[in-house]
Amino acid sequence: MLLKRLSEASGASGDEGEVRSLLKEELALHAEEVTTDALGNLYFKKGIGRKPRVMVVAHMDEVGLMVVGYEKSGLLRVAKVGSIDDRVLASKVVAIGKDRVPGVIGAKAVHLQKPDERTKAIKIDNLYIDLGVRSQEEAEKLVKIGDYGTFTVTAREAGDNCLIGKAFDNRAGCAVLAELLKEEFALELNAVFTVQEEVGLRGAGVAAYRLHPDLALVIETTAAADVVGSKESAYVTKLGDGPALTLMDSTYIAPQQIVDLVVETAEKLNIPYQFRRLTTAGTDAGIISQTHAGILSAVISIPCRYIHSPASIINLDDWQNTLRLARGILNAVAEGGLRLEGIA
Amino acid sequence: MKELLKKLSETYGPSGREAQIARVIREEIKDYVDETYTDNMGNLYAVKKGNGAKIMVAAHMDEIGMIVTHLDDKGFLRFSNVGGLSPHVLLGQRVIFANGSQGTIGMEKLEELNKLTLEKLFIDIGATTKEEASKYVKVGDIATYHREVAVVGNRMIGKAMDNRAGCAVLVKAIQELAITDNEVYAVFTSQEEVGLRGSRVSTYRINPDLGLAVDVTMVGDTPEAPTMSVSLGKGPTVKIKDASVICHPRLKEMLSEIAEKNEIPYQYEVLTAGGTDAGAIHLTKEGIPAGVISIPCRYVHTPGEMVDLEDLEHALKLLKAFLSAPLEMREIFPCHLE
Repeated sequence: MLLKRLSEASGASGDEGEVRSLLKEELALHAEEVTTDALGNLYFKKGIGRKPRVMVVAHMDEVGLMVVGYEKSGLLRVAKVGSIDDRVLASKVVAIGKDRVPGVIGAKAVHLQKPDERTKAIKIDNLYIDLGVRSQEEAEKLVKIGDYGTFTVTAREAGDNCLIGKAFDNRAGCAVLAELLKEEFALELNAVFTVQEEVGLRGAGVAAYRLHPDLALVIETTAAADVVGSKESAYVTKLGDGPALTLMDSTYIAPQQIVDLVVETAEKLNIPYQFRRLTTAGTDAGIISQTHAGILSAVISIPCRYIHSPASIINLDDWQNTLRLARGILNAVAEGGLRLEGIA
Repeated sequence: MKELLKKLSETYGPSGREAQIARVIREEIKDYVDETYTDNMGNLYAVKKGNGAKIMVAAHMDEIGMIVTHLDDKGFLRFSNVGGLSPHVLLGQRVIFANGSQGTIGMEKLEELNKLTLEKLFIDIGATTKEEASKYVKVGDIATYHREVAVVGNRMIGKAMDNRAGCAVLVKAIQELAITDNEVYAVFTSQEEVGLRGSRVSTYRINPDLGLAVDVTMVGDTPEAPTMSVSLGKGPTVKIKDASVICHPRLKEMLSEIAEKNEIPYQYEVLTAGGTDAGAIHLTKEGIPAGVISIPCRYVHTPGEMVDLEDLEHALKLLKAFLSAPLEMREIFPCHLE
């Protein structure tokens, strides 16, 4: 399964090479043109010259760590790349750099903690990576300052058609994009795998500037908070209830015609869907919709529990339904189902 | 001005859902300009062609609102803010949706009122079940304050004076503008309240020689108000800076000179928080000189925003004089090295 391989690949923001190579190898045959740019975005073009020109976007970077210093003891000081809850870091296995040097995010053992330390989360400043070496010199031979670390987790199927693993945000979206690229649409399809979303939507801005499409469809992964301790009104999304349409977040408000198009498409095709009930955080649509003189954008997301952690869960029916919905939206757009210029 | 502002204030138009207010404004201006059009962000453009300086005037037409995030089994709606909302101001407010559905805002039981947050509030639209509620309102629908304008003395109270007051001034300016060589792009911008988004793309599209925003600003003339040297009724302001922009110094001087020449009262404005469309305009492309004319407004972002009609008339006079002034580009872009 491509999704499993994508999930297991290492690719923190700014270090997406492994994911880029995997996708390039997997998909080159399905496109008329494959290119990259200075930031590392990966573009596949299909149906060149057709109208409308549509950009379908999934970011390929994941949250991770960066080595920022050595201790004399050989332990590594690290910084976070993207937003990770400090509380999920301790005691996780990570792979560092191109050679995937293994290490553990270390913290004081429970026996040695003072009572008040046990009740507090350990901050990133007090966490370190232990490579199992005994000196700075040995550590320097294995990893360099600036090397990236990512969680090492084998993706596995679980429960009721679910998948456990890391980096579903947004390799699950990448996998949807990969499937779309294998299909035929009556429009110019630009599948773009963007970089550095997790650190501020950086890849998508330049990609949208370069392509200047008529429409952008962003495939994302979003939090499912349908768990203990949440009220139903705070679930954000519910695992298994289908793809979630973004209405508003910190970076973007969905135009009414986009809401109508997505809802009508889902209902016509009998695809379960839900609305993302959170108005904070952001996606690539935030920057894309503000590029050039404004680009019409839509965001649909795969619900994901424990997002931004080494052990997330997605439901494969949700994934499949996100693919179906994206396909339906592209077909509707190809058939002229969206007014592409002007809202009022 | 009074009737126009009343109409604009009472029209529905939160950020991202500006179609209704855009239609109302287009009706008012379409016979006075060479063309009108809209774009993907919901901006409304009105162009008066000319061979002189290319001037963009932005007045944002969006207002703050509440976006529905959840309908519960008993028909109550949970919501989040669209733009800057205070939970304390919201308590007990009447709200209205695009389709005319109305509701009131209630709160959960609360021990201490200062712990009130938006999560503790809900909208009650009179429905008793989720099914009934969903006939009127869907997740993602956006409500605004529902409030009729009141005229009190020479002042007006209502919702969305931020920034329908600016829109009213720009509409009147278009209707009454003297013949000029300048090419004027009046843009009624979208999504200002959520981050100057409409003005960013419209400036990119127009690429003007200079940009001017017309918006409201806060005042410091009410009891125990935060210190600010702007008062209601003492004329429009020429903005010096806010959190989004330091206005171009030459533009600031030009506005002041024009005000003085035409005996228009004006105030200088330094707003320590908040921003306006000029913040996006001046950073577009390789940088565009930008300035702001503001209309003083009390109780900003409440349903009881108050403006003074004299201030609006003077803002209109200043804007018209500026737009028809012969503008030498060398004057607007002084070479700092010369």
